[in-house]
Order: sequence, then C-alpha cells, then structure tokens
Amino acid sequence: MLPGFLQRSRTVAGPGFNRWIIPPAALAVHLCIGQVYATSVYKQALVDHFGTGQTAIGVVFSIAIVMLGLSAATFGSWVDKNGPRAAMFVSACCWATGFLVGSLGIATSQLWLLYLGYGVIGGIGLGIGYISPVSTLIKWFPDRPGLATGMAIMGFGGGALIASPLSTQLLTVFSGGDIADVDGGAVARLFLTLGVVYFVVMMFGVFTVRVAPPDYAPAGYDPSTKKQKSMVTTGQVTVRNAMKAPQFWLLWVVLFCNVTAGIGILEQASPMIQDFFRDGGTSAITAAAAGGFVGLIALGNMAGRFVWSSTSDVIGRKNIYMVYLGVGAVLYALLALFGQTSTALFVLFAFVILSFYGGGFATIPAYLRDLFGTLQVGAIHGRLLTAWSAAGIAGPLIVNAILDAQGQPGSLNAADYRPALLTMVVLLVVGFIANLLVKPVSEALQEPPASSGPTGAGASTDDATKAGSRQPESSGSRG
Amino acid sequence: MSSADAAVEPGANDPAPSVQKIFVAVGWTVTGVPLVYGLVQTVRRALTLFTG
Repeated sequence: MLPGFLQRSRTVAGPGFNRWIIPPAALAVHLCIGQVYATSVYKQALVDHFGTGQTAIGVVFSIAIVMLGLSAATFGSWVDKNGPRAAMFVSACCWATGFLVGSLGIATSQLWLLYLGYGVIGGIGLGIGYISPVSTLIKWFPDRPGLATGMAIMGFGGGALIASPLSTQLLTVFSGGDIADVDGGAVARLFLTLGVVYFVVMMFGVFTVRVAPPDYAPAGYDPSTKKQKSMVTTGQVTVRNAMKAPQFWLLWVVLFCNVTAGIGILEQASPMIQDFFRDGGTSAITAAAAGGFVGLIALGNMAGRFVWSSTSDVIGRKNIYMVYLGVGAVLYALLALFGQTSTALFVLFAFVILSFYGGGFATIPAYLRDLFGTLQVGAIHGRLLTAWSAAGIAGPLIVNAILDAQGQPGSLNAADYRPALLTMVVLLVVGFIANLLVKPVSEALQEPPASSGPTGAGASTDDATKAGSRQPESSGSRG
Repeated sequence: MSSADAAVEPGANDPAPSVQKIFVAVGWTVTGVPLVYGLVQTVRRALTLFTG
C-alpha cells in the first residue's frame, strides 16, 4: 500500500493543467540516472583502491545495466498501475541508496557492497526511473510523442555530460586539490555527495509530475487525424498480448541491433581514433584530442535523442528507423573502409552514427505507442528494454573478442578494426530487415473497443485496470 | 482502489495557474542550468579534438 501522497489518484491533473511542467519533471529523473554513463571518471581510482583489475570494476557498470533491463521489464506493469510519482519516488530511493551502499563498500574496501549497492540496488532505480515518465509524457503529448520522449531520454544522455565534469571537480576537491591524488576515500565521498544531490533533484520530479486527465487532448489537436497514418493504431494492446505479437519481437531485434552497433564505437572510442590515424608506433591523434572525440560523440548521442525522435513525429517511426539502421549501416561501412583517410570524415561518420544510436533509444517508446496504443505502453517499453541489457553484454563481447584477435587496442591500425566494424554493418542490416517486417498489430490482439477506453490522449491506467479485469490473461501480466 | 483514492477528484491538488507558470520556470531552470553546464564542459572538451 502506497502512502497517500504517492497514490496515482492524487496525481491526476485537472483540465487546463500546464503540460510543460511534465518534461522538466521527467528530465529531473533522467538527468540523475544518466550518471551511469560517467563511471569512467573514477574507474581507475577504484581499480587502485581495491587492488583489482579493470574487469572487476567494469562489472559494477555491467550489473547496473543488466538490472536496468530486468527491473524495467519486471516493474513496468507496476509503474503503469501506480503512476509516475510512485515510480519516480522508488527510483530516487533506490538510486540514492545505491550510492550510499556503494560508498560504504568503498570506504570499507568491500567490493561486493559496491556490486550490491551501485550495481543491483542502483540498477533497479535506473530501470524504474528510466521508464517512469515515458507513458505519462506520451499521454500529455499525443500530438508530439516523439518530441516528448526525446526530451526525457535526451536527459539520460545529458546526465553523463553533467556527471562527468562535476565528478572530476568534486574528486579534485575531495583529494586536496589535485586530481592525480584521487583515492578510494575521495570516491566514497563523491558517492555520498552524488547520492544526496540526486535524491533531492529527483524529488523535484516526484512532486511536480502529474498524470494527464482522462480524454486529455491539447488545444487544436484532433486524435482522429492519427488514424490517417497506417502504422498508427487507435486500438489498445495489453502487455501480455504485445508479447505474443511479432511486432514486439521485431522491435526487440531492432533495438538490440541498433544499441549493439552503437556500443561498437562507444566502447573503444578513445583508442579507436588514435589507432585509425597511427603511422608506425605513433598516432597523429593525441590522448587529449582523443578525449575530445569522446566528448563530441557524447554530444552526438544526446542531440540525436532529441532531434531524431522529434523528426519521427513528422516522417513516421518506421521511416526514421530505416534511416537509423540503413544509413547507419552505410556510414559504418564507410567508416570501416575510408575512415582513415581523413580525421574530419572519421569524426563526422562517428558523430552521425552515435546520433542514430541515441535516436534509437528515444524513438522506441513512440514506436510502441503507435503500434500498441497507450494502454500499457510503459510496461511494454519496460519489457523491450531487455534488448538494451542484452546489447550491453553482446556489444562489448563482440567488439573485444574481434579486436583481441587483432592485437591490443592502442597499438592497432585502421585495418585491424575492419572485421569488428563490418560485423556491426551486418547487425544493422539485420535490424533494418526486422524493421522492414513491422506491420500494424492484428486486431485479434487488441482490446475490444468497449474496454479500450478513450483512445490516444485519454487512455489511462484506470483503463488498463478495466481491461485487465475483463480479461484474465491481462490481469496476470500486471503483477 | 482505496476509499482515500476515490475521494480525490482529478485536479484537486493542482496549483493555481499562476503558480503553475512558476513551476514551469523553476522546472526548466533546475534541469536546464546543469544541462547547459554539462554541454559547455563537453564542448570545451570536444574542442581539444581540433586544437590538439
């Protein structure tokens, strides 16, 4: 039983509520949990502190990403049922607790506590936090769902941009003014600080988020115009039925391929650009310039989330994924074959590829909404994020296995990267074909019109409850 | 749904429209300022790619 202030019914807005309050509430959560992509700042300090290898510390990040997918899949129905405020609150508690337990683990040199805290507990906060505002935003912005989810999921990319320099500055302070002297104690204090700061910022989102009123439609928006687009349904599909639809699994493949391919560059960005422009033992790209490249592709990743997802509102979700996967495959092939001819070309190709990677994340909720309706889109999105977890494991495994066979990153050349990059081209082509096969969901899997409730903007969790009560198979899936 | 739930009308907890405008401004400031900080820091870092 949830405390009163967290209950969904307390968060349903009235007519005329200003919907532009909702995106910053969502951003407040995503900007905080996006820190998970800024762990490289203190990774070496933890390696030195625990006296272990890069892999043992890297596992912390891997656990967090796997838990993200698992918790999003497991708690998606709970999030849909209880609303964004309860979900954001639980996410904030888990994310902050993860930092505090992780800090304790570092301070007491207990690596397992870091795994449990940041990896498992924090990872659960990641998953719930990631999906918590998505269906809410889609319902507040039925006219521009891609723009709405793009704003929030851009925040996840932006969170790393904030956390990375902020952590560096805090570590400098905690280590007596010299970043070179960072030790475990400084990282433990950083974790404590981040845990408290993130909890406060996420609470802002908790208390300002609202659920759209039933039958909500913004001024000047006519839901019936959506029907003119063949890939946009006006029906509603439960999460249980969505899992039976081939469209769900095709999109799983699409997301898996897009994320795996993006990780191919992200994983090796810094040594990769140096290796591509290596002549003999020396590279034309300095370590500082390689760091600049990492920053630039992070910008591409973030910008793509907003720009491409918003573009999908105009050209359609299926078409934008054709671009991500089709043009992405071509760019990947060009990068593999001609990337070494010009630094500008290499950077341009990588920037656009990473923008497609980010765009793929941000557009998928709107794609799900188009195909399955708004009834349980949060839960369906949660299940689909297992593709992210799988890609988080498969991507580095594929790239590292292929590169290991060529030699050691940091001493390779452009030709050594070709097998890995061309493997990513094949993956993108597989994703392209999967997207090509996506068709509207069969009416047999859709809820009967009487139980679907209002279409488009107005479908709420109350509608989901009705649908679930009429169909036993649906109620089971809601947990 | 509990009886406490049923008693709450949609919009019962909404702030006044003027307060909502303040929420919008505060919300975008709370999230926008750190985001701009992160963007500026990242652009400065990215510039080293071109300056060496």
